[in-house]
Amino acid sequence: MTSPTTSTTSGTARPRPQRTPSVVGLGVARTRIELREFFRERDSMVFTFAFPVIMLFIFGAVFSGDIGGGVSFTQYFTAGMIASGIALSSFQSLAIGIAVERDDGALKRLRGTPMPPAAYFLGKIGLVLVTSVVQTAVLLAVGKLFYGLDLPTSGGLWLRFAWIFVLGTAAGTVVGIAYSSVPRSSRSAGAVVSPVVIVLQFISGVFFVYSQLPGWMQNIAAVFPLKWLAQGMRSVFLPADFATQETGGTWALGQTALVLAAWTVVGLLLALRTFRWQRRDAG
Amino acid sequence: MATTPATTPATHPGPARDSHAVRVRGLRKSYGDKQAVDGIDLDIERGEVFALLGPNGAGKTTTVEILEGYRHRDGGEVDVLGADPASAGRSWRSRIGIVLQTSNENAELTVEEMVRHFALYYPGSRDPDEVIAAVGLEEKRRARMRALSGGQRRRLDVALGIVGNPELLFLDEPTTGFDPQARRDFWDLVRSLRSDGTTILLTTHYLDEAEQLADRVAVIASGRIVALDTPERLGGRMAHRARVRWEEDGAVREESTDAPTRFVVDLAGRFDGEVPGLQVVRPSLEDVYLSLIGDVEDAAAELARSTR
Repeated sequence: MTSPTTSTTSGTARPRPQRTPSVVGLGVARTRIELREFFRERDSMVFTFAFPVIMLFIFGAVFSGDIGGGVSFTQYFTAGMIASGIALSSFQSLAIGIAVERDDGALKRLRGTPMPPAAYFLGKIGLVLVTSVVQTAVLLAVGKLFYGLDLPTSGGLWLRFAWIFVLGTAAGTVVGIAYSSVPRSSRSAGAVVSPVVIVLQFISGVFFVYSQLPGWMQNIAAVFPLKWLAQGMRSVFLPADFATQETGGTWALGQTALVLAAWTVVGLLLALRTFRWQRRDAG
Repeated sequence: MATTPATTPATHPGPARDSHAVRVRGLRKSYGDKQAVDGIDLDIERGEVFALLGPNGAGKTTTVEILEGYRHRDGGEVDVLGADPASAGRSWRSRIGIVLQTSNENAELTVEEMVRHFALYYPGSRDPDEVIAAVGLEEKRRARMRALSGGQRRRLDVALGIVGNPELLFLDEPTTGFDPQARRDFWDLVRSLRSDGTTILLTTHYLDEAEQLADRVAVIASGRIVALDTPERLGGRMAHRARVRWEEDGAVREESTDAPTRFVVDLAGRFDGEVPGLQVVRPSLEDVYLSLIGDVEDAAAELARSTR
């Protein structure tokens, strides 16, 4: 896109430079400003990073034994907490955060500037990437230090961890952006968004062992990304022979990739079609 | 400072040779059964300060938000800086500045960070430090947004609206909640923007503000423009006639006249000296405005009765 090249600043003799700022450059600038704001909201930041760790402490204290095959419950549970940490810092934080920005007029103000919408979304993606990486790193470090968590030893497993992490984050991000249009106001945002993640955590094999859930519950959970994200993380953090304990008898990595990719595509289309810069009551 | 003269507004040397910053013909917009904007024509010259007055619900904000590209119109033609706001893109947005009516973000960012960040969006932005100084927030540059008072926050809104060095600036009720000194400082800021050649579309509830700042004033009521002129001439000659009041036979009498001096001389002759309770009143812009709005409301009530 080009700007008119002849207009000049009046009043002062300073010429008006005519570089239209690049979308990627502004995406980076948005990421920086989003992160700055995130790290300054100390209460929300501490809770975002501490929540999975707190859950790990609680479950580690209650279920201290093995789940069989020399694997501790903590090892099993960590895989699930990484998955739900991703869901929290992508889906939940964006759905609530954007709903608040829409309600308080921040989005409307941005819409009135030449900032390209893509830069705004790049900023949100950057925010989610950094926060979920930090959150996961904190969780792994605490698990390793206090619970003797076994980290993946092969490069292949780390690679698997990486693509599942990226796909899960991508799906959570776009679905979170789309879901931000559901709450009617910032006050209702928490109440409308939080139960989604809480319910999914219970039915997707995060808090309970998935294979022990009733079949109908498994079928419902299998529609949503969190189940696949948790299963993918188990494939990284549990011994290979634990695959036989999954419902299909395998880690079903191909299907995991498909489901997460499908949610990413559908979420992206929904986000693009439904995104609003103003409150619903605005004409 | 007296009202700014309507003559020789500085022009912003823009790419278009057209002398109009805004041209609107037959603008219409309805919400359900309510006709919010009912056929508005508007021309705003480059370099002028144009004020839009009207009661709440008259269609002011709807009109302005259509010009800003926030709302879609039902009918009519709109041209803002040579483009249709409904379909204009980034380069057009780089040339306008918008100060919205309300925003209450509780950002943890400082004044300086916000202004610097917004400056990045524009190809030809002003120096952020100069902008912060221009709105009088130098002492608050390191204060977080949530720690600002209402008036300071409004100044930040203005800073973010002008940092892109806009050719056309929209100010929607900019001084609501200001103390008197802050309003005067803000008026000076608007005058300096005007002398830089910025075209300004101002909506306000304050008649004195329009009188102080605007080259021309339009009064909007029930979705239509009911009067449009310089502040001195708004409402026509009749509306600006002087009223002479005095007491006679124990009652207050009043006479509207174009020649109050002659009338008072005649009165003095009749009373042979001092005229009891003599007053000569020139209507303020507020009196003119209220009578214009009152006429429209009377007409609307009349219409409602006759169609029942």
